[in-house]
Amino acid sequence: MVESLSDVYNDLIMEHSMYSENKKDIAEADYSEMGHNPNCGDEIKLELKLNGNKIEDMGFTGHGCAISQASTSIMIDTIKGRTIEEAKEIISTFISMIKREITDEQELQKIEDAIAFKNISNMPARVKCALLAWHTMENILQKSEDGSEK
Amino acid sequence: MDIGKIREEFTLLQNRDIAYLDSGATTQKPKQVIKAVEEFYQRYNANPHRGAYELSVEATNLYEETRQKIARFINAKESEEIIFSKNATESLNLLAYSYGMENLKKEDEVVISIMEHHSNLVPWQMVTKKTESKLSYMYINEQYELTQEEIESKITDQTKIVGITHVSNVLGTINPVKEIIEYAHKKGAIVIVDASQSIPHMKIDVQDLDADFLVFSGHKMLAPLGVGVLYGKKEILNKMPPFLMGGDMIEYVYEQDTTFAPLPNRFEAGTQNVGGVVGLGAAIDYMNDLGYETIHKIEQELTDYALQRLSQFDYMNLYVTPNRENHSSVISFNMKGIHPHDVASILDSNKVAIRSGNHCAQPLMRFLQTDSTCRASLSFYNTKEDIDQLVQGIEKTYKLFEKYMKK
Repeated sequence: MVESLSDVYNDLIMEHSMYSENKKDIAEADYSEMGHNPNCGDEIKLELKLNGNKIEDMGFTGHGCAISQASTSIMIDTIKGRTIEEAKEIISTFISMIKREITDEQELQKIEDAIAFKNISNMPARVKCALLAWHTMENILQKSEDGSEK
Repeated sequence: MDIGKIREEFTLLQNRDIAYLDSGATTQKPKQVIKAVEEFYQRYNANPHRGAYELSVEATNLYEETRQKIARFINAKESEEIIFSKNATESLNLLAYSYGMENLKKEDEVVISIMEHHSNLVPWQMVTKKTESKLSYMYINEQYELTQEEIESKITDQTKIVGITHVSNVLGTINPVKEIIEYAHKKGAIVIVDASQSIPHMKIDVQDLDADFLVFSGHKMLAPLGVGVLYGKKEILNKMPPFLMGGDMIEYVYEQDTTFAPLPNRFEAGTQNVGGVVGLGAAIDYMNDLGYETIHKIEQELTDYALQRLSQFDYMNLYVTPNRENHSSVISFNMKGIHPHDVASILDSNKVAIRSGNHCAQPLMRFLQTDSTCRASLSFYNTKEDIDQLVQGIEKTYKLFEKYMKK
């Protein structure tokens, strides 16, 4: 049970869920990956443009609950402009935070605004909504790695 | 009827401070059911049909008496027409394999409605693909109902099987199954009725309906989880091959060949959930004592009240037929601009349990042009206070989202 609803439905999450500048198509995207939770009907498409090792641009389209939409938008804010290695680090820290493996505020600083989802673990039914974009992004990074190995 | 007295019998409602509005998923269980299961394991537990000793005979008797009780409850001609399964899903899979696979040919059609639960849809996709027959759908009108015209245009001379839910688990629409059966029989098709969402609320008479098959789950009608029923007309069941093979469903087993037991055992392979069956028997006793008339009266009053309260919000979209007499006690809704999962989470923090999602009915969601809905499903043990709590939660949800919508 959530102690206070506003711990989860906080201003940052609500604002991103209602309107996001990251909700857009990316022209000439290098990667386009669908993510979905079939049980909820949440569906997103992440698009990413690389410049060498750097994530130059990112956007998403799709639909879903406030948590999944805001999480996608905030993730993009957090990793756009970073290198693939940095992005991986941020994603793994975010996932560890959701699983409550990392609680140290200092360590969580690197995920910037995404710290807004810290309390989602109090709402176990919604954890998968918060993780959807991040797992989808992991798939993209895996593909980019597999590609570079070829 | 004293609702307080009814609620006292549902221990969970005493133990948890919650407005439980998800009885369409599974109902809570009265003390009588829990006690019957407990007593079975404390006094009668043995493997039925096996031992020559008294305890096993008593277990067998309890199991078979419940079969007779169910036959009387749905007015089956004979108790062999009642087959125990795990749940409605397993009953429907049995029919898909043992009837569908055996009888469908290339030019044949299976007709189902767009409001079927996945359990009465995916098995038919599988069978029609394997037999290269056709699966077609009866669609609903803007009042979320099947019209006679739609029924007659979809059930044709090619139709061999019609699968229809008695009450939609999403819309609460009560389908005209008797009329569908009558028409399908004229066209030479057999009809399978999914009564999972109807039998908790209304009297089922398989002979009056003239249903060829009818399935339901025990756990949606006060019984324990893990026990379901398949009713089938004896003359059809007798011609069907077994579904699962193993112990208890055989007569003689040789190294290379087997002869199968007669009905109903031939469809009940392996040791059954006897404790669950006994619990289902106690659930039927409970419902008989309370009576469908009382159940109907309480549930319809609650539904009227819920519909009246919910329809006062201009941001509310209700997926409910305007014809009250065709609607059961399931209410699907969406709040404009707010995703059902957010609604359900915020209601949960308000101690209201509803379901959100596609309700195992993705084709229906697509037809309704949404990806999910909120669903409150009522039972006779609910109260007006439960509905008030739901309404308060909805108002709270809207307030939370409203301030961000204006930007």
